Amino acid sequence: MPTAKPSRETVARQPWHERLGSLLPQALVLPSVIATFFYVFVFSAWTFYISLSDSSLLPTYTYVGFVHYITLWQNRRWIIAFTNLFLFGGFYVIGAMLVGLTLAILIDQRVRGEAAWRTIFLYPLAVSFVVTGTVWSWLYNPGSGIQFLVRGLGWSNFSFAWTQSRDLAIYAVVLTGIWQASGFAMALFLAGLRSVDQDLVKAAQIDGAGSARIYARIVLPAIRPIFIAVMVVLLQFAIKTFDLVVALTQGGPGIATTMPANYVYDLMFQRGQIAEGAAAAVMILTALAFVLVPYSAWTIWRQRSAAADG
Amino acid sequence: MAEATSRGYDPLATSGAWSRVRANVIVYGLLALFAAWYLLPLVVVILNSFRNLPEIAANGLIAFPRSFALNGWFAAWSTYCVGGTCAGIHGQFVNSLKMTIPATLISTALGALNGYVLSKWRFRGSEFLFGCMTLGVFMPGQVALMPWAFILGKLGLTNSTAGLILVHVVQGLSFTTLFCRNYYVNIPDDLIKAARIDGAGFWRIFRKIILPLSPPILIVTVIWQFTGIWNEFLYAVVFTSGREQPITAALVALSTNGTNVRDYDVMSAAVLIGALPPLLIYFFGGRYFVRGLTQGAIK
Repeated sequence: MPTAKPSRETVARQPWHERLGSLLPQALVLPSVIATFFYVFVFSAWTFYISLSDSSLLPTYTYVGFVHYITLWQNRRWIIAFTNLFLFGGFYVIGAMLVGLTLAILIDQRVRGEAAWRTIFLYPLAVSFVVTGTVWSWLYNPGSGIQFLVRGLGWSNFSFAWTQSRDLAIYAVVLTGIWQASGFAMALFLAGLRSVDQDLVKAAQIDGAGSARIYARIVLPAIRPIFIAVMVVLLQFAIKTFDLVVALTQGGPGIATTMPANYVYDLMFQRGQIAEGAAAAVMILTALAFVLVPYSAWTIWRQRSAAADG
Repeated sequence: MAEATSRGYDPLATSGAWSRVRANVIVYGLLALFAAWYLLPLVVVILNSFRNLPEIAANGLIAFPRSFALNGWFAAWSTYCVGGTCAGIHGQFVNSLKMTIPATLISTALGALNGYVLSKWRFRGSEFLFGCMTLGVFMPGQVALMPWAFILGKLGLTNSTAGLILVHVVQGLSFTTLFCRNYYVNIPDDLIKAARIDGAGFWRIFRKIILPLSPPILIVTVIWQFTGIWNEFLYAVVFTSGREQPITAALVALSTNGTNVRDYDVMSAAVLIGALPPLLIYFFGGRYFVRGLTQGAIK
């Protein structure tokens, strides 16, 4: 891409104060670059080092090696948190993508009031997990929410008490996560559906293909990159899930819905085991890298091959 | 955003009138069903903030209101007890404003400047620096907690709004720079070249060419930053306590406090107060909000 670079000859002929002035752009981004560099690299390295130290209530810098990682992986609570991440991540990503795709396809049928539908499905994203988690926790509460309502309507045996059950509470978190995120998937899928080449679709219609077949064979394969982008973003949300659990179940009943991010917080600030908390934070960072590194590599590869074709 | 424009392709038109009606019933029926699920919490919380407590207790949370009271709102705003002090949550609401507005403006201004330099005044290594800056978008807050705690302590900013502003500005720089740079890249370089030939310098080009073209991206960035910072919970709860807390932390303190759990009228009003600023922004700037979302994800 061509850019308006200050050409080198003019720089060389300028008096010193103008030459200094030509460094203005660099000087302006420098503070932001340093701050972000610190935030990303130094903070990560710092937290990694703390995880190798014997810090407990306060951070210290006595090196003890990887003992905290060993105790971390022997801790039942962490195993539960990590299992929850897989359970939640799987159901949440697939669920949000399915609901999002369904909504996008429905809205793509030239429905009336498209803007209104979209507003309804996207508003959860504007509101904090603290708010939505709190309200859903009331609705899941058997004594006042959905169960109370349905029993009042006459089905006196109806039971809906997921948040009270160790086995089912995580699915209440999943359901709320899907409720919150599928509007996001819908927005991206809808943008994708609208970008599909209409000539292809018309050609298929002329050949007599029904709309289900057109979606399955032409439209959805054409937006495959969007599926991957949505999946990566949702996986990232899943790995970072924290406030939703705090507001919805406080990690309970017991520790049944603890997620890795909650574990880090609890260890660092409730139990004064900073080093092990830092080790757990490093594991979160590792999980993110497992998602993002392949994705970036794939994106770069795709751009290169697109450039080679074009 | 564009209503379904004339697209030449109408899946419902492919078959006869009868199946068209049937298809319509399915499409609108499903949409209505999903919409009911989506709107349930919002409707419930709005209605309950205007009901009185005995009636909520008798009829449940999901019920047509048979009482009307404003007590919930008054109590939530100015008399309810949060963490030992009984002054409602208006203080924490103000804290959130004091934190969110400066942090949004500073991070957006810096992002615009960075975006301008990284797209129109590239220098050797600037692409690499940009790449490194975007990594900040993915940083999980938990990894930054201990370092921030140390730095805020050294700067004397623990338990203060100023400390949270610093944290949010640094974290936000990656987003704002990414948004602005990707937008400015599409401004033709010839425009900048022509201005340089006319003798315009760095700031003049920024003011006369870049800024007048910027409103769309600046609105997207401001909305994105405002909602993100207002809704943030982890830093809020770790770095502040009591009366210094932003509203998200106060709401959690309120709702996880065992004795408060049943005061649904006050809690509903409190939750709505906490949700109102981002909701208003969303309903009035919705199309910009969606644009930020799609840009942030795809690029």
